[in-house]
Amino acid sequence: MAVDLARAAVPHIRPRLPFGQRLALPDGFVPLLQRTGWMLVSVGCFASLWELLWAFGIADAKLLPPPHIFLGNLVEQARFFNTAQRWQIGTGMNAGPSPAMAVLITVLASTGRVLAGLALAATLSILVGVAIRYVVLVERLTLPTITLLAPVSPIAWLPVAIFMFGIGNAPAIFMVFIALFFTMVLSTIHQIDGVNRNYINVARTMGASKRQIYARVIVPAILPGLLAVLRLNLFGAWMVVLVAEATGVGYGLGQVIMLARNTFNPSLVFFTITLIGLLGFAFDLLFRLVQRRMLYWLPRDAGSSLGL
Amino acid sequence: MRGPPLASEAISCRGVAKVWAAGTARAHEALRDIDLTVGPGEFVVFLGPSGCGKSTLLYLIAGLEAVSGGELLAFGAPVTGPSPERSLIFQETSLLPWLSVWQNVSFGLSLKGVPEAERRSIARTALQRVGLAEAFDKRPDELSGGMRQRVAVARALAMRPKVLLMDEPFAALDVQTRQKMQDFLLDVWRDSGASVLFVTHHIDEAVALADRVVVFTARPGRIKTIVRNDLARPRDPFSPGAEAMRRHLTELLRDEVDRAFAEQEALV
Repeated sequence: MAVDLARAAVPHIRPRLPFGQRLALPDGFVPLLQRTGWMLVSVGCFASLWELLWAFGIADAKLLPPPHIFLGNLVEQARFFNTAQRWQIGTGMNAGPSPAMAVLITVLASTGRVLAGLALAATLSILVGVAIRYVVLVERLTLPTITLLAPVSPIAWLPVAIFMFGIGNAPAIFMVFIALFFTMVLSTIHQIDGVNRNYINVARTMGASKRQIYARVIVPAILPGLLAVLRLNLFGAWMVVLVAEATGVGYGLGQVIMLARNTFNPSLVFFTITLIGLLGFAFDLLFRLVQRRMLYWLPRDAGSSLGL
Repeated sequence: MRGPPLASEAISCRGVAKVWAAGTARAHEALRDIDLTVGPGEFVVFLGPSGCGKSTLLYLIAGLEAVSGGELLAFGAPVTGPSPERSLIFQETSLLPWLSVWQNVSFGLSLKGVPEAERRSIARTALQRVGLAEAFDKRPDELSGGMRQRVAVARALAMRPKVLLMDEPFAALDVQTRQKMQDFLLDVWRDSGASVLFVTHHIDEAVALADRVVVFTARPGRIKTIVRNDLARPRDPFSPGAEAMRRHLTELLRDEVDRAFAEQEALV
């Protein structure tokens, strides 16, 4: 029994050249092709299952329209992405940019809010986190409050955002910021505490000042961890921005979802969800590229085993 | 017995003691009553069972930790903190992974604001001395463990230290590489004229390297005895003299290892 288990744990070793080397394709091309292929298969399986359920009449097309329905009439769907300021007196239902343009504007608006909130949260949380470890008084004054506020759900901040900023871009950005800030401060502190003592001791024996130790050793050393945290929070930012937009910021993907809900339009809901999924995926891809550039010193294979 | 401090002594410990977490319930005594002087250019090996405080003494001499009692002098002046003239080399790789090899070697100089051209030339010289001139532009993760430790030595040499402190620097290397690194270290030591304080629990390393071997007792760490190692260099590890030295050190150490074991068992 034990022998069987041991044998099962050993992966099969195939003495064959990798696919890419046999075809003499450039490095990295085959893995990319494989990953894209598997992604299509994965999404395809999910979509097919849905289509099957519809074909057998289990999924009601009025409530859970399958992909070929909600993706079939793109122009019809895009009509709802009306970025005209319809609430203003004198603006007609058909005023505003073309449907395709409106979709683009909506997507860019949400993306901008995510990026602004993310950038703000990342910058401030790293600054505050480093300051907390650098100056004891800062730690004593701020850390208890930050720890206290960290578990508060972003939803609870929603009314606060509206009280403080009314409607528009500011409360949405604030929501993204507040959802990420506290946990990212705590994570920065955690990363600082985890810096290899040898790195710090080396700098100390070479006569580094405290400021130099932070600037030249600690900040570069925590960068990989921080970027990993930032990437995990990227999806969080997309979730929060939708909640914020649902409360009325003029336009945005969250507002479209709210519109779809209020007008009982499941196709529009799924269409928007598809858009958000694609955007999040693209963001993640982009982020990984940035990460790879910034963390040039990390070995590539180690990154892939960590899921970076 | 203790004379006045001499500036000619590289390192001088007078009744040095170290208690960790002093004044708390977790306080424990790491070192007690250490008397030791190290001359300029001398190669001294600290030998003892693990947990005997030999690394702690090295950290005290490096100035990374403060002594709890006694007096610790470097070239006649009290040690109050780290100094580039006492370079510490660690067991595990301590190269900064985001810097290239030459940037690592000249890291200490860059902290002092030495201009880049000068740093490059000093780094080049230091890397040549450790036989790694071709690794100049590489990154640490492209090097083997032995090469990384050589870069760490080059980094220490770039600071022109008078004392090289080495905390089991070759412990993570395989046996063959370790042997090569010992020869390499002896070359560096001869060229630089620095004193070397070398911590290890390998008797073979003490036999191969030391002018004097300081044998530590188990907790709290005290100096059990200091053994002169006058074997002619270059040393043959299989010569009768080396065998006799190995046997002598093994016997000295055996009691302490037994005591350390008994103590650990009592704790469990």
